[in-house]
Amino acid sequence: MATLDSKIPEGQLAEKWSNFIAHQNLVNPANKRKIEVIVVGTGLAGAAAAASLGEMGFKVKNFCIQDSPRRAHSIAAQGGINAAKNYPNDGDSIYRLFYDTIKGGDYRSREANVYRLAQVSNNIIDQCVAQGVPFAREYGGLLTNRSFGGALVSRTFYARGQTGQQLLLGAYGALSKEIHRGHVKMYNRREMLDLVVVDGRARGIITRNTITGEIERHSAHAVILATGGYGNVFFLSTNAMNSNGSAAWQAYKKGAAFANPCFVQIHPTCIPVHGDFQSKLTLMSESLRNDGRIWVPKKKEDAQKIQRGELKPTDIPEEDRDYYLERRYPAFGNLVPRDVASRAAKERCDAGYGVGNTGLAVYLDFKEAIGRLGRDVIEARYGNLFQMYEKIVDENPYETPMMIYPAIHYTMGGLWVDYELQTTIPGLFAAGEANFSDHGANRLGASALMQGLADGYFVIPYTVQNYLADQITVPFIKTDLPEFDEAEKGAKNKLNKLLSIKGSKTVDHFHKALGHIMWDNVGMARNKEGLEKAIKEIRSLREEFWKDVDVPGGLTGVNVELEKATRVADFLELGELMAIDALHREESSGGHFREEYQTPEGEALRNDKDFMYVAAWEYQGDDKEPLLNKEPLHYEEIEVKTRNYKDAKS
Amino acid sequence: MNLTLKIWRQENPEAKGRFEKYEISEISPDSSFLEMMDLLNEQLIKEGKDPVAYDHDCREGICGMCSLYINGRPHGPDSAVTTCQLHMRKFKDGETVTIEPWRAKPFPVLKDLIVDRSALDEIIQVGGYISVNTGGVPDANDIPIAKEKADLAMDAAACIGCGACVAACKNASAMLFVSAKVSQFALLPQGKTEAKDRVKAMVAKMDELGFGNCTNTYACEAECPKEIKVTNIARMNRQFFGAKVSG
Repeated sequence: MATLDSKIPEGQLAEKWSNFIAHQNLVNPANKRKIEVIVVGTGLAGAAAAASLGEMGFKVKNFCIQDSPRRAHSIAAQGGINAAKNYPNDGDSIYRLFYDTIKGGDYRSREANVYRLAQVSNNIIDQCVAQGVPFAREYGGLLTNRSFGGALVSRTFYARGQTGQQLLLGAYGALSKEIHRGHVKMYNRREMLDLVVVDGRARGIITRNTITGEIERHSAHAVILATGGYGNVFFLSTNAMNSNGSAAWQAYKKGAAFANPCFVQIHPTCIPVHGDFQSKLTLMSESLRNDGRIWVPKKKEDAQKIQRGELKPTDIPEEDRDYYLERRYPAFGNLVPRDVASRAAKERCDAGYGVGNTGLAVYLDFKEAIGRLGRDVIEARYGNLFQMYEKIVDENPYETPMMIYPAIHYTMGGLWVDYELQTTIPGLFAAGEANFSDHGANRLGASALMQGLADGYFVIPYTVQNYLADQITVPFIKTDLPEFDEAEKGAKNKLNKLLSIKGSKTVDHFHKALGHIMWDNVGMARNKEGLEKAIKEIRSLREEFWKDVDVPGGLTGVNVELEKATRVADFLELGELMAIDALHREESSGGHFREEYQTPEGEALRNDKDFMYVAAWEYQGDDKEPLLNKEPLHYEEIEVKTRNYKDAKS
Repeated sequence: MNLTLKIWRQENPEAKGRFEKYEISEISPDSSFLEMMDLLNEQLIKEGKDPVAYDHDCREGICGMCSLYINGRPHGPDSAVTTCQLHMRKFKDGETVTIEPWRAKPFPVLKDLIVDRSALDEIIQVGGYISVNTGGVPDANDIPIAKEKADLAMDAAACIGCGACVAACKNASAMLFVSAKVSQFALLPQGKTEAKDRVKAMVAKMDELGFGNCTNTYACEAECPKEIKVTNIARMNRQFFGAKVSG
């Protein structure tokens, strides 16, 4: 059984982080040069951590799957990044950002971590501006803000609809600087195949060069995984095509506990699915909900006529439109949190009021905003998003409402980490979306960028140094240790096994089949029967995969199908753990909605008495049930309540 | 839709490449170009043939990983989009579509349609950033920046580093890419301190890596999926001459 010591520092909530910094162990500059750190991933968390550790003087090895570190999927984040600057003078504070995040996460995140996140949020904005990130500004030259879901203040900083891109390029710049100075060695086009653990500590990784096919060994004194989330288990998601859960999954199989895998975020505003050939879903930023109003027809017959193409949205008069978010949640309106907005869209579509030819879409309408502000203002705010929508859907959103539907977007679950972002394997850290810590059962919009950069710039550099302080006498780790032999052999065996099956179905066939099982049973609404069915179906699909998958080509050279096969093999295991976790959590909280546990109004019904804990699953062997460890959650500074977005009191 | 595809196939950087023809049918006009390529690969795998290798990742036009020179144009016939956002409705039923990798000396072909663009990273590494370390920076609002300047910097910063400008240019010049980064920082007060060293180092690296010169054909601007303007090149040239003159 794993020991889940969250290592929360002593003292008042507001003083915990400064207490940690005051008492942490340090490594002197001369010794830093003798210590190596591996960072896997170059998104916001990975690039920021690699750059910061390089600046401090550690020898950093940084790995990415793409051809350049600048392409990590953080780049696709659109809307913005939260911080408690209170520049708009609208009543924001560190406490309020902390409170909104805990409440938004439906009281399933760790209080001390979230408070620290809110504390360092302001440093992030300062850092990014110093790097030259071109945030949006007012005419007076100062920074401007907009609103995101789950907040009553405007605390979101943004760079048009490309905030993730600009923040990532800032971190990529810092990383490039450290590569140039020789503090970071960059390894592009590498896929991590396994983690190497020596005497109980993470000491290296096994990678495959995706161009040459070479299997390589890399060693270090500590390993940081900043490898993102596992949303692609659903096949269709807003994740990039190469985003995968394999690095975290290998860590899990080497002993790192995996926390709350069932907490998945379904984003309410994505372009709806349009065909079987579709490879991914495209997000329309949450920022659009600042000015767009969400509606469906009030009358079912109007919805049916729209579905058949007999009526256009512009034919529906104002009085026959149901602005259902404004109706149900007057205080937050169209800016309720993502889980609430997604479920409300599903509820309307399931009841037969959906639009589009599939009936699985709702309108996001800018007519009122264009009338109020003028087309120019809307174009300046959202021009690139409108253009993207038009390129994909072939409709002009300035003239006809956008159609949107929820889609898999982000995973709150991930590797269990303590306050120092260390997993249950000493020396293995997890940062950004790859860990579980800050968002509970639901992440608020514009908080992923905040958390990625908080972890990378301001948490990992401190806590990893603290860990490394007693490692200064450990010489560079040799890669000819038996543990490296074994890990490399295991990785090669797996690849060879996949290549030798030569079955009749492509990797994508299995990935799509898994996606269907997950979306239907482990998606927006879950129940006992469906989850039990999903577990059975995933097991038999996994068996079929290992008998009948066709992976062409060989180990050497470019082999995209082989890369996909290793990821899908892991998703077929991870998907099962998600279903097991969802089945065990007999309550509804945040993105995890169990149909059996809801209020008469259809809102999520938590069970704080039995489930106010982090479920940290521990691997026990391939054919064995995983072991459940529980980290109880305590709230000292916050009164735990039922989430309420109807009025502004809570 | 039914299409004939003429695709560049090349085993590795040393191998001699060639075009191969493939027929593909029943493509939905609503599918994206890369979804069409996925279907082709599925077909090739079922026929026991080697699938076509090409780079892609985000499929929403922002990571800059996809490339492809389609019917003689980087990112294909539509304007202001990357290949991943190009949709089949831009093609005609029965059309022959020619697909090649980026062609430029500093971008060697690795396999089929995949090229090595790490030269662009190398240019950034010599100075495409503001040299600040983590921590110890002033409050964000201590540095007011005129909205107009910030907007222009953002226009330049929108570059996704895909390399279409290089592929479009008959000289394989990387001036649009380099000038976008130089401009972003030249327009911001934070970038002034290192401005001279930055432009000199980046231009020198660009030349060293074998990118060609700019002869003002503006093909780069015409093909840039993010509509980066050639005025950035003029700004970089001013910066460069200024830096050379003042030392």
